[in-house]
Amino acid sequence: MKAGVLALQGDVEEHIQAFRKAAQELGRSVEVVQVKRPQDLREIAVLAIPGGESTTIGALARRTGLLDALRDAIKGGLPTLGTCAGAIFLAKEVRDSVVGETKQPILGLMDIAVVRNAFGRQRESFEVDLREEGIGALKAVFIRAPAFTKAWGSARLAAPLKHPELGQIYAAAFQGHMVATAFHPELSTTAVHRYMLNLAKT
Amino acid sequence: MIGEVYAHLEKIRDFFYGLAEVRDRLRESGVTWPKPLPEAEVGTVRVKIGLPAMLRRGVIMDVTSVEQAQIAEEAGAVGVMVLDKLPYDVRKAGGVARMADVKVIEEVMSHITIPVSAKVRIGHYYEAVILQEIGVDLIDESEVLTPVDEQHHINKWAFAVPFVNGCRELCEALRRISEGASMIRSKGEAGTGNVSEAVKHFKALYGAIEELSAALRTGDEERIRDYARRCQAPIELAALTARLGRLPVVTFAAGGIATPADAALMMWLGADGIFVGSGIFKSQDPRERAEAIVLAAAYWDDPEKVVEAQRMVSEKSAMMGIDVKTLKPEELLQTRGV
Repeated sequence: MKAGVLALQGDVEEHIQAFRKAAQELGRSVEVVQVKRPQDLREIAVLAIPGGESTTIGALARRTGLLDALRDAIKGGLPTLGTCAGAIFLAKEVRDSVVGETKQPILGLMDIAVVRNAFGRQRESFEVDLREEGIGALKAVFIRAPAFTKAWGSARLAAPLKHPELGQIYAAAFQGHMVATAFHPELSTTAVHRYMLNLAKT
Repeated sequence: MIGEVYAHLEKIRDFFYGLAEVRDRLRESGVTWPKPLPEAEVGTVRVKIGLPAMLRRGVIMDVTSVEQAQIAEEAGAVGVMVLDKLPYDVRKAGGVARMADVKVIEEVMSHITIPVSAKVRIGHYYEAVILQEIGVDLIDESEVLTPVDEQHHINKWAFAVPFVNGCRELCEALRRISEGASMIRSKGEAGTGNVSEAVKHFKALYGAIEELSAALRTGDEERIRDYARRCQAPIELAALTARLGRLPVVTFAAGGIATPADAALMMWLGADGIFVGSGIFKSQDPRERAEAIVLAAAYWDDPEKVVEAQRMVSEKSAMMGIDVKTLKPEELLQTRGV
């Protein structure tokens, strides 16, 4: 089986490592490939969209025709994990906590609303112990992280956090074959990548 | 007389013990210092090396104003570096180069969504305190500014904000990491539009790492120990670098990158990403050039895309370069702070 990591910009190597380790732990043989061109999507059974700068990833994907190809593949049922920038890329509604509405290119596939840089700047980045249903306890690393504030349709929010200003917010979201996390599981655990490999039953 | 001094010291000591007791009592009763979330830890090593990891395969651009920062963001930069003057102009102007205006940095932070970095002088602890206080995302302890401490760099472990430091070879990089740098970049020769020195620094860096890795493979621990001793760096750090075959922190290329081909070359030499200084806003076509360099850095392993990037710019519009060989030793920036 092949797992893909969108490799335009961001912590691609960390996701490749997380997929490799997760496969090892599950005793499955998984080849991890980088996705940079539309044809790279053809053979993969699961995809991770890494953390990074969502504006950069969006601009590059639009320029190289990957934006539409990705949208089609994920709509078609490709199990997809979006972490941080990847989650922003998947969401339908994106706002920035400083500049408000952004016009950045996104996939717009998950029925969730995301606030970019919700916790503040890098100085306010943090790690915390989280418990996520279906995934278990994990150490979650938030880097200039977004937060999920709303879900509709078949999307479901998880991993609640009390925010001093935003009130009740969420650090994870699930919708069918799509998973979004505001934190970076690839920096601290293989739990979420194991969950994704299990979603990709081929 | 001596007795009086002791009495004073004892009073001060009692006062501090008193404070510690108050603190412990407050902690027991559940009062804690304000944190963004219950149980959350800020400024951890994982959080500090996490930000540079997110910048991988990206381009950080030097800017001096909000307008330039917005052009950089629209072009797809993963971050901006706010300076008072671009390195090319620092070179021309001479005098003491210092941290940028706090007002300009704050204005840039309130207008763009990507991370904002700024430079401090080598060893200038207090410029770094100021940048952390106003909320800069990444601090560059930079030889482009005039160093204030010829002997020491800042103790970066003391800060919650990650630091990036320059290096010309492996020893310098290991020393900076042991001082707490979360990210390393080549020094190159800033403001020249000539990438030759950055190439030299990357080859020196990876050449030394390859030698250490070879020593590790053959079980020659002595060589790694000797190397670390010569470098005045911890042996554990040298051994880890040998095992990884690369620096244990994200490593960007910087210094003289002016064209998409320059960016692709540095990625090919092993860079995790690119800093572009004067190369963009000292050219005649900053918008196109910024976009082209972003494309070339992301697709460096796809020559077709690098050709496309190179077509987006014209050599006639590139910044006027300076041959490093024509610079006098005292004009070199890379020799500052070792």
